[in-house]
Amino acid sequence: MKTIKLSSFAIETVEEACSDFQYREDELINILHRCQHKLGYLPAEVQEIIAQKLQMSVAKVYGVVSFYSFFSMIPQGKHPISICMGTACYVRGAEKLVDEFKRQLRIDVGETTQDGNFSLSCLRCVGACGLAPIVMVGDKVYGRVSAKQVKDIISEYQKSMV
Amino acid sequence: MKKIHLTIDNKAIEVAEGTTILEAAQKVGIHIPALCHMKMDDIHIENRPGGCRICSVEVKGKRNLSPACATKCLDGMEIKTNTIRVIHARRNILELIISDHPYECLTCAKSGQCELQTMAQDLGIREIHFEGEKSTYREDFSKAIIRDMDKCILCRRCITMCSDFQTVHALSAVERGFEAVVSPAFHMDLNESSCTFCGQCVAVCPTGALSEADYSKDVIQALANPEYTVIAQTAPAVRAALGESFGYPVGTSVTGQMVTALKNLGFDYVFDTDFAADMTIMEESAELLERLTRHLEGDKTVKLPILTSCCPAWVRFIEQNFPDMKEIPSTTRSPQQIFGAIAKSYFAEKIGVPREKLIVVSIMPCVAKKYECERDEFKVDGDPDVNFSITTRELARLIKISNIDFKQLEPSEFDQPLGESTGAGLIFGTTGGVIEAATRTAYELQTGKKLKKIDFESLRGMEAIRSATVDFNGLPIKIGIAHGLGHARKLLEEIQEGRCHYHAIEIMSCPGGCIGGGGQPFHHNKTSILLERQKAIYSEDKQMKIRKSHENASVMKVYEEFLGHPLSEKAEHLLHTSYFDRSSQITIDDSEM
Repeated sequence: MKTIKLSSFAIETVEEACSDFQYREDELINILHRCQHKLGYLPAEVQEIIAQKLQMSVAKVYGVVSFYSFFSMIPQGKHPISICMGTACYVRGAEKLVDEFKRQLRIDVGETTQDGNFSLSCLRCVGACGLAPIVMVGDKVYGRVSAKQVKDIISEYQKSMV
Repeated sequence: MKKIHLTIDNKAIEVAEGTTILEAAQKVGIHIPALCHMKMDDIHIENRPGGCRICSVEVKGKRNLSPACATKCLDGMEIKTNTIRVIHARRNILELIISDHPYECLTCAKSGQCELQTMAQDLGIREIHFEGEKSTYREDFSKAIIRDMDKCILCRRCITMCSDFQTVHALSAVERGFEAVVSPAFHMDLNESSCTFCGQCVAVCPTGALSEADYSKDVIQALANPEYTVIAQTAPAVRAALGESFGYPVGTSVTGQMVTALKNLGFDYVFDTDFAADMTIMEESAELLERLTRHLEGDKTVKLPILTSCCPAWVRFIEQNFPDMKEIPSTTRSPQQIFGAIAKSYFAEKIGVPREKLIVVSIMPCVAKKYECERDEFKVDGDPDVNFSITTRELARLIKISNIDFKQLEPSEFDQPLGESTGAGLIFGTTGGVIEAATRTAYELQTGKKLKKIDFESLRGMEAIRSATVDFNGLPIKIGIAHGLGHARKLLEEIQEGRCHYHAIEIMSCPGGCIGGGGQPFHHNKTSILLERQKAIYSEDKQMKIRKSHENASVMKVYEEFLGHPLSEKAEHLLHTSYFDRSSQITIDDSEM
C-alpha cells in the first residue's frame, strides 16, 4: 500500500474546493486554481488526492498542471513577485525587469530563492496598463517600474524580514 | 440509415451516415496513409485524435486540407487523396515528424515493424529538409516495458489503450509544446505508476518508443553455460502466433516446429506451460467446488464469485484498484509460476539437479509475465522460480540469431513429463479458455459424470463481456467472462454493488486474451489476426487426444508422487499465492507543510 502524506489543512482545502465544484472532472482547472491560491502551490500529493476525489487519473491531473504555466509545483516564496508581461507592460520594458529580478535574486522565472523569501513569476495583464510596466509583490502593486528600482523593491522586503 | 453519396478520386461511392473519409476510401480500394489513427473493429478500440495530419485530403470547396480519419462524409463531397497539394503536404508533415525522431533505425527494436519507417519508405522520403533541435527524454527501464520517448510521435494510441480500454490511466500527455511527452504523472517511472505491465501500449505503439524489456541475451548466456540445466516452457498462445514471424499465414499453429527450434537452440528440456495450466485447473476447480459446496451449505462467509488469477496484469490491477476484493480471486498461481515451482522442486529432485543450477525460461505472449516472475513471493531465497520470461517476438529473434531456418524444421514432441498437456491447457491462450477448461474438469468432478460434449460454445467468442449458465446436473452455474481491464472493472463494480451474481469469472487483460498479448508479433491493429489465432487454438484443441485437465496422466502422477491431492498442504505451499493491497491511501501528516 502506498501512503500519501498531507497536512490536514491541505486535505481540507482540497476537499472544500472539490465539493464546491461538485467533484466534477470538467471543473478540474477551477479546483486547481483554488488549491494553488490557498496552498501557494500544487505538490504531487495534492494532485494525487484531487485525482482520487474527482475519480480521474493523476497522470491526467499532472498533464493539466504541467500544461498551464500558471500552475506551479514549487512552493511560492513568502513574497511572490509577479511581473506583468502583457502587451503594454512588455513594450514598456517588462522583459528588462524580469532579467534584473533574475539577476538580483539569482533564480529563474518559476523558481523560489533558497531562503524561501522570494519567488518569481510572470503573468499576463493585471488591468492597470496605464501604470505599465507593473510589478506585484504579494498584493501590492508597483507601477512604472524601472530596472533601477528593482534593487529597492527587493530590499524593502528584505528589511521587513528582520 | 441515411445513405450518403460522394466521390473519392473520381470514384462514386455510397456510404452510411457517420462514415469517415478514411473508411469510405478503404471501401473503394484507396489506401490513405494514416499514422495516429487506430481502429480495431469488433473489440471497440479506437484512437482518433486527428493529430498527425498524415491522412490529409482535399475536399472540394474547403480551403484547408481535411484529416480523413476525423472528417465525416457528407452528401455530394468531392474528395481528392492524391493531388500534388496533398502529396506535398503529406511529405512535409512526415518530414517534420521525422525531423524530431532519432535516426536509429538500424539498431531500433521496432525496425522492420515500425509504421513510421514503413511510411517513410512508402512515401519515398529520401531526405529531411528540416533541421533543428530534437526532443530528448530520460529512458525508463522497467522489468517488463522500456520507454524511449525520443521515438514517440505523440499519436496517443498508448493512452487510448491504457486509459480507455484498460482504465489503468498510467499514461497521459504532459507538459506542452516542444516538451510535450506521454508519461506517467510527475515523470515517474512506470514501476512507480499504476501501470499493470499488460503491454497493450507496446502492442499498438507505431514506433519503437515502447518496447518489451529484452532478455534474449540473458537466455543466450544461460544456454552457453555448461553448468546450467536450462528448461523452456511455452505458453499456449505462442504457438498460434510465432509462425507469423516466419511468413506463415496468420492462424497457423507451429507447435512442432517451435519445439524443434527450442531444442536446436540448446534447451536441455522443452516443456509445455500447458502442463502447468492443467495443474492450475486442478487447483482452481478444487477451489471453486470447495467454495461452491460451502455456499450451498449456507456458509455466508464464502467468497463468490471466484475469479481466475492466471493473468499477472489483472492481478496487479485488482491489487491496485479493488484491494477490498483481493480475497476473491482464486489463490492458484498462474501456469507460468506453477510450472516454475514444480520444475524447481519435483523435477529438480527427479533429475538430481540443485535448484540453483536450474534455469527456467518461459516463452510468453505477454510482457507482464516478466513482471510476474520478479515478484518476491515467487522466489526461494532470492532465486526466482522462473528466471527469464521472454516474449514470442524475442523467441523469433533468438531463432533468427541462431541461424535456424524455421520453415525447414521437422516438428517434434515436447519432452516428458512436464510436456504432457491437454486441450484444456491449450485453450488458456484465448479469452474464455480458462473458464472452459475449469468447467470441463469441475463438471466431471462435481457430477461424477462424463461430459457428453466437451466444447462449451456458449463460453467462446470475442464479445467484451460474456455470460453463460452451465448446467451441472441440475445445478445452474453462472459464469462470466471479460477481456480487457476496462471490461473487468465494469464486472467488478457490478459485483461490488450486488448487481450481478456469478459463481465464477474469467478475466484476461488483453483483447482476445493471451492471443492478443503485448508480446505477440505485432497485429498492426487488425482484429482479424486475433480471430485467426483464436481459431488456431480451438482447432488444435479439437485434435488433442486428451482434452480435460484431470485426464493428464503426468499431472496425476505429480499429485500421486509429490503433492498428494489438490489443495493439500504441499500444493498450497507450492501452487498457491496471496495478494497484496497496492492502492494509495491518504494519511494526515501535519509535521510538514
